[in-house]
Amino acid sequence: MRDYLRQGWHRVRAFFGKAPLDEDLDAEMAAHLEMAVDENLKRGMTPDEARRQAMVRFGGVQQAREKQRAARGLPFLDVLGQDLRYTLRTLGRDAGFTTVAVLILALGIGANVAVFSVVNTILVRPLPFPQSQQLVWIAPPPTKCGLSCATYSADAYEEFKAQSRSYEDVTGYMAFSSPDNLRLTGRGEPQPATGIEVLGNFLQLLGVQPALGRSFTAAETRQGAHPVVLLADPYWRRQFAADPKIVGSEIDLNGKPVTVVGVLPRSFDFGAVFSPGSKVDMITPLILDDERMWGNILTLIGRMKPGVTVAQANADAATVVPHLCWNIKYPDTCGQYVNKHGVSMGVQTLKDYVSGRLRRSLIALWCAVGTILLIVCVNLSNLLLARTAARSKEFAMRAALGAGRGRLVRQLLTEALILSGAGAVLGLGFAYGVIFWLSHQQSIALPLLGTMRIDGEALSWTVLIAVMTAVLFGLVPGLRMASGNLHETLKDSGAGSGAGRRHERLRAVLVISEVALACVLLVGAGLLLRSFLKVMDIDLGFQPEQAASMRVDYDDRAPDGNASAVKRGVIFQQIVERVRALPGVEAAGFTDYLPLGRNRAWGTPTPKGKTFPEGALHGPLVYVISPGYIGAMGMRLHGRDFAWSDGPTSQKVVMINASAAQVYWPGQDAVGRILQANGGDCVVVGVVDDVHADSVEGDPGWQIYYPMMQQGPSDAELVIRTSVPPASLAGSVLHALRELNPNQPAAEFRPIAQMVDRAVSPRKFFVLLVGLFAALGLTLASLGIYGVIAYGVTRQTQEIGIRMALGASRGRVQRGVLGQTLVLALVGIAAGTVTSFVVSKEIASLLFGTQPTDPMTYVAMVVLLTTVALVAGYLPARRASRINPLVALRSQ
Amino acid sequence: MGDSKLDLLQGTLDLMVLQTLAAMGEQHGYGIARRIEQVSGDEVLLNQGTIYASLVRLQQRGWIDAEWGVSDNNRKAKFYSITKRGRKQLAEDAAYWQRLAAVMGRVLEQSRE
Repeated sequence: MRDYLRQGWHRVRAFFGKAPLDEDLDAEMAAHLEMAVDENLKRGMTPDEARRQAMVRFGGVQQAREKQRAARGLPFLDVLGQDLRYTLRTLGRDAGFTTVAVLILALGIGANVAVFSVVNTILVRPLPFPQSQQLVWIAPPPTKCGLSCATYSADAYEEFKAQSRSYEDVTGYMAFSSPDNLRLTGRGEPQPATGIEVLGNFLQLLGVQPALGRSFTAAETRQGAHPVVLLADPYWRRQFAADPKIVGSEIDLNGKPVTVVGVLPRSFDFGAVFSPGSKVDMITPLILDDERMWGNILTLIGRMKPGVTVAQANADAATVVPHLCWNIKYPDTCGQYVNKHGVSMGVQTLKDYVSGRLRRSLIALWCAVGTILLIVCVNLSNLLLARTAARSKEFAMRAALGAGRGRLVRQLLTEALILSGAGAVLGLGFAYGVIFWLSHQQSIALPLLGTMRIDGEALSWTVLIAVMTAVLFGLVPGLRMASGNLHETLKDSGAGSGAGRRHERLRAVLVISEVALACVLLVGAGLLLRSFLKVMDIDLGFQPEQAASMRVDYDDRAPDGNASAVKRGVIFQQIVERVRALPGVEAAGFTDYLPLGRNRAWGTPTPKGKTFPEGALHGPLVYVISPGYIGAMGMRLHGRDFAWSDGPTSQKVVMINASAAQVYWPGQDAVGRILQANGGDCVVVGVVDDVHADSVEGDPGWQIYYPMMQQGPSDAELVIRTSVPPASLAGSVLHALRELNPNQPAAEFRPIAQMVDRAVSPRKFFVLLVGLFAALGLTLASLGIYGVIAYGVTRQTQEIGIRMALGASRGRVQRGVLGQTLVLALVGIAAGTVTSFVVSKEIASLLFGTQPTDPMTYVAMVVLLTTVALVAGYLPARRASRINPLVALRSQ
Repeated sequence: MGDSKLDLLQGTLDLMVLQTLAAMGEQHGYGIARRIEQVSGDEVLLNQGTIYASLVRLQQRGWIDAEWGVSDNNRKAKFYSITKRGRKQLAEDAAYWQRLAAVMGRVLEQSRE
């Protein structure tokens, strides 16, 4: 065994060091012949005869040399090297073909690798936590009252954790954090930052170790503890220049000194997993005892014990949840976490929560990009087929000179592999660029996008599809070649012979399948595009354009609630009046929550004096706003807006949306009626048109608006509507705010339109990609059509010449060629339409307001494909009509 | 070369070369080829050139060594010698061949009955 290993090693060495070994062998063989000649001379032969006899006994010198080389080296690789050199030479000679082929392959392979990386990151790969399959998302079944019904109170959390037996541990984070909720001071201008409060065991449960410093201690999650913070890696680099000494020192957050206890690892991005499309700069410990009196604020995450399944966790929850209390001091709040159908909880894996919604879209995307690769293969098969047709004589010649058929097919496959290899390298570069760009897009709300890389898996995938592609597109021409008859080929003059026609039929079939595939892609893209346009057309209930929001810092501390409300009213009125006076500002107002962001519900308001069946009413989403907000958002109001005079001691007032009003007082005007809400009688002063508060595509649901002077807001977002681009006012608005409050951080204006964009960004992302693929498919299909028709015209030059000589007009020739094109295209379209009907049913759930059989889309597809086909056919048709009969007949 | 000569079976040439080197000691390629021809009574169909593929194979396996030297009639030639491991291999292969030959002989004897 050892001896054979040794031989293998020597073979490899011999492969790489041919020259000295060859010299050695030549010297040895020369000596051999000389010795033989010497001996023959000694026997008395003439010098000539002696040499001749020596040569005869030796056998062929070249054969001996090759035999020795094969014995000592790696003959397989030598042949491969020959094939490679030969292929590179032939491809180099045909630079046009090579460039087109490599570019097409690069697009196809690059698109596939990029989509693979997206799918792999979001869908396939486990979440970036140890034993992430044990992590689950714990939430009540979906309801209409937004985030408030998707979260738990502090008491409910503790009870759940204590009584459930399925979990190693349960943790949670504050669901109601908003962007720029913190203010970093003491380092030049106040800077906004985004922080999330998490329970003390959050990092430990996920299995995240801080890169520097330590996690929170139990003491730091108790009331009265010194505040501490863990910085996210990007924020640490940006704000503190990656200074490791920051750990252990103090920073000022919202005017209070806070100790930095650590820096999170680069691999942990809170936003990427839990709130796609947003950044989180730091995490702070959530002190449960501070939150007992608040409502449902916690989003729960559990780590199941090993061996426990999600079904078991759900069964466990069904016994625990009915006993949970919103607050254990109030027994009447017990049992409220079970919905009216008796369903208590939907435990799902964290992975499902993060990426489950995207599964169908991603699979559709993957199919689309796979179709592109198929089209690329068909297209290249076609190109190679045309080439082999042109090269059939060369192959016949080589076969006649002794090349085996296997060797020729191998040569063709080598050629295919080289082309797809070059395409893969270029495509990889292209995919790298796309992935790099995508992973730096903050505005696309897809989870884990920031963690996307071209990694080892993507590289393996590239190799795999490159080889698969090469085999697919190299095989057809290879087999055609192998099945051909050499004598026929050598005799075949290229025009009108049987083999040539067979060839053409095969190419026509390929083009038809290409058109059919492109057709499916176009229908898919068309349906998604129609859905997207429908989504963009939705009346959101507000006008995103020309509006922007900025987070405002204020101080309404006062001895009691009423004084605080009065103080707040004064501050907000001052700010609104100041900002409205700025040139370019049309309207301004405050809200605490913006639509399409976080949301919450408080209790169930009831119209006074009316009774509704149990479960008919639910909690509307709550917004606490100032006068002017409705106008600044461009919402439509019936009745009156809040006034600054709606203070803490005057009549309580509310506004509700049209959907809620319709249920509260069906068929009647709600304005002026009394709603029992938030523990008091409120006069409904206005009804606003429905706002898409929770999602763009979903049902608007119910909303209720309270004035900031009567109800404490959680935050203050200043919304302004401008007649000039909002960004140009950022400076003057900030200046005005700073004059009133020097602590105002340098928050940036966030255009409201950008929030809408973010909400529709996943749909936009998929439409854009599928649309791009469809365009690519269309281009490739038209190239295919052009190739086949142009080749056909070239082959029929003589025939066309004869027909023209016999009196066929130019128009007639042109129509003939265009007719052929049309037949190809129509057969392809027919096949594609049937396939599309089947495929589009599969993506029905991805569509919005569009039927999978949407006639518009199909008609548009047919028109588009036919037009493109005719354009592709027109160029060769024009060439055919310009054939000069004399020249055509004389050639050959 | 007539039809009457024996075609060499795969691997037999390697064995012949080993045996020749074991019997003759250090020898060059031409010497080995001639020796095989003489010993076989010119019954083997051997293109002398093919011996070099065998020699390089044996050398790579470490069964023979090679060194450039000067021949009797003052020519520069590469001399081969069998190694310890080569002798071991030779013993194994020779035993195998003899057993095979004996068995073949018995089988063929019987079929002639």
